[in-house]
Amino acid sequence: MKKAQYNITFGGIGGQGIIKASELLGWAALYEGYPVKKSEVHGMSQRGGSVESHVRFGKGFFSPLLGAGQADFLLCFHADEHERLAEFLKDDGVDLFEWLDKAAAMIDNPKMLNTALMGVLAAYLPIRQPSWDKAFETVFPEKIRQRNIEIFNQARHMAQTAINP
Amino acid sequence: MAGKTSLEKAFLSGNEALARGAWEAGLCVAAAYPGTPSTEILESLATYPELSVQWSVNEKVAFEVAYGAAVGGVRSLFACKHVGLNVAMDPLMTASYAGVEAGFVVVVCDDPGMHSSQNEQDSRWVGVFSKLPVLEPSTPAEAKAFVAEAFGISEKFDTPVIVRMTTRISHSKEDVALGQRKETPPKPLAAKMQKYVMLPKVARMRHEFIEQRLEKLRAYSEKTKLNKTELKDTKLGFITSSVSYCYLKEVFPEASYLKLGFLYPFCDEKIKAFAASVKKVVVVEELDPFLEEHVKALGIRKAHFKHPSFRVGEFNPSLIGDVAAGKERHVEPKPVRPPRLCPGCPHWATFSVLKKLGLYVAGDIGCYTLGALPPTSAMHTCICMGAGVTFHEGLRLAHPEAKIVGVVGDSTFVHSGITGLINAAYNKAKGVIFILDNSTTAMTGGQPHPATGRTIREEPTKQLDLAALCRCCGADNVDVIDPIGHVKALEELVLKRLDEDALSVIITKHPCVLKKK
Repeated sequence: MKKAQYNITFGGIGGQGIIKASELLGWAALYEGYPVKKSEVHGMSQRGGSVESHVRFGKGFFSPLLGAGQADFLLCFHADEHERLAEFLKDDGVDLFEWLDKAAAMIDNPKMLNTALMGVLAAYLPIRQPSWDKAFETVFPEKIRQRNIEIFNQARHMAQTAINP
Repeated sequence: MAGKTSLEKAFLSGNEALARGAWEAGLCVAAAYPGTPSTEILESLATYPELSVQWSVNEKVAFEVAYGAAVGGVRSLFACKHVGLNVAMDPLMTASYAGVEAGFVVVVCDDPGMHSSQNEQDSRWVGVFSKLPVLEPSTPAEAKAFVAEAFGISEKFDTPVIVRMTTRISHSKEDVALGQRKETPPKPLAAKMQKYVMLPKVARMRHEFIEQRLEKLRAYSEKTKLNKTELKDTKLGFITSSVSYCYLKEVFPEASYLKLGFLYPFCDEKIKAFAASVKKVVVVEELDPFLEEHVKALGIRKAHFKHPSFRVGEFNPSLIGDVAAGKERHVEPKPVRPPRLCPGCPHWATFSVLKKLGLYVAGDIGCYTLGALPPTSAMHTCICMGAGVTFHEGLRLAHPEAKIVGVVGDSTFVHSGITGLINAAYNKAKGVIFILDNSTTAMTGGQPHPATGRTIREEPTKQLDLAALCRCCGADNVDVIDPIGHVKALEELVLKRLDEDALSVIITKHPCVLKKK
């Protein structure tokens, strides 16, 4: 069932592509025609510190940051950050943490972990292929785009099969 | 920002949206020095080829270049982080007196929570101090709309206008509607000595003028739509501004609001009328009691305020309920992973030597400030840009026999270390200053500066020769060494220079690992 709004928390450590992943989702939601907001919490994250990002799209929200218990989905990229980030998740929210190992197994380049996890998330979201394609075009440089789209589609297919076998 | 011209809407950060708004409003000249969270404003403006956009040497220089363009008759903009505005305060205070020919906007990005800053100052006070209007957007879309308003206000009232952002607004993104650029033709060069030559006689006249201007701005504040009253449930009303409005709307969607977008001078009548129309009124603002003190001065006895403990730190949707209820701040410290120097960073090598030799290190602002953290723990002071050089001199005056060195980055040295080095030479100071030269402004994401020989658009330009400059400033010795793979040689060099009765500069030169492509 389609919800009025979708709230997603991303987290991990600097260098894992978390900002890139949330950027991709933001543009995809925009291309799908949704109002969208995104916000990040990172100090000097390029230097390995904790990173978190929130994306919301749909209707009826004002804050760019999510509060405790507001996230429908949690994408955590690093085990050390999971406990801290779990408080953002709704009681009935979907924690994609169990997908982390499966996503990691799909890729030969750890830099694509973000794309693989995004593919998993995409299986749950009301955003169609053309919007994702446009978002990839906006966010990823051409030389790595095609490979990332392939990983994304593969992960999405795997997750779709798991959710609706 | 791909596709920004072909879309009706784009997914923009507050900084990108502000840049877009300035471009649409006919901006011609923009200048800044990089500083989180303001950096992307200029980076974004640099993508519009018709604009003159520059990284300046420091904020004072940037302000003067941009303001000069506004006095010259084209719309211009200066952007900085909060502590950068301090560097530009000298021209700002008198620019207020002189006013403008074409619109001039000063964008200042505060950093509540100090995500990447050395203090948590509330720049809204600068509006009161400088007698300049302050606009405060709550969202990226408002940042875009307000900057256009700011240019209009600047020209209508003959004043620079401050647009105050915070990290949360600068770095949040949302869908923003795009418009077309409206060209503003340049005005003729105006020889108005009675306005722009600030001799005491002229300044006295202009002081009269700006007091009158404040009165006119006060009247404008009462009627502008930037100050918006939303009456819903009148049992509870909030007087608020900035991102606090968004958090409150999320948690108290049914309450009434007076949302102040034209923050200063205050709209006293609107504030009083709003307070009279609701049963309970609560003032909600991050950092200092800026609105609070004014609401108290207006004698609004039924107003409630945040607990003073909330003058520290950034709000968020989880905290805003406690803020509104006047509760004390209880933030459970969550363990977050601290930042550290990147693997392969050339600063590791330099700091390992400083640590091994047990030196007292006067530090400065940049990536290398992380040298203060374990495992190197080899920095003992860090206050502001350029102080690595000047603190070294002061500390040595206090302790002539101690083993003290100063460190400063390449970009920071050009920003405000040069004057300190001249001062040290002139005043016969001795000792060792390190310029940690990674050939970029690394901490803010790798912007070029004069010693890189490239402009903001990566065009080649005259390259400042740091070693030659240091000799000109009066350094007795200037050594250039690559610290990576030469730790032993660096150590020997430092010991040798420390032993001499001389003022020495050691440039440790190795490019930032993030810049290697």
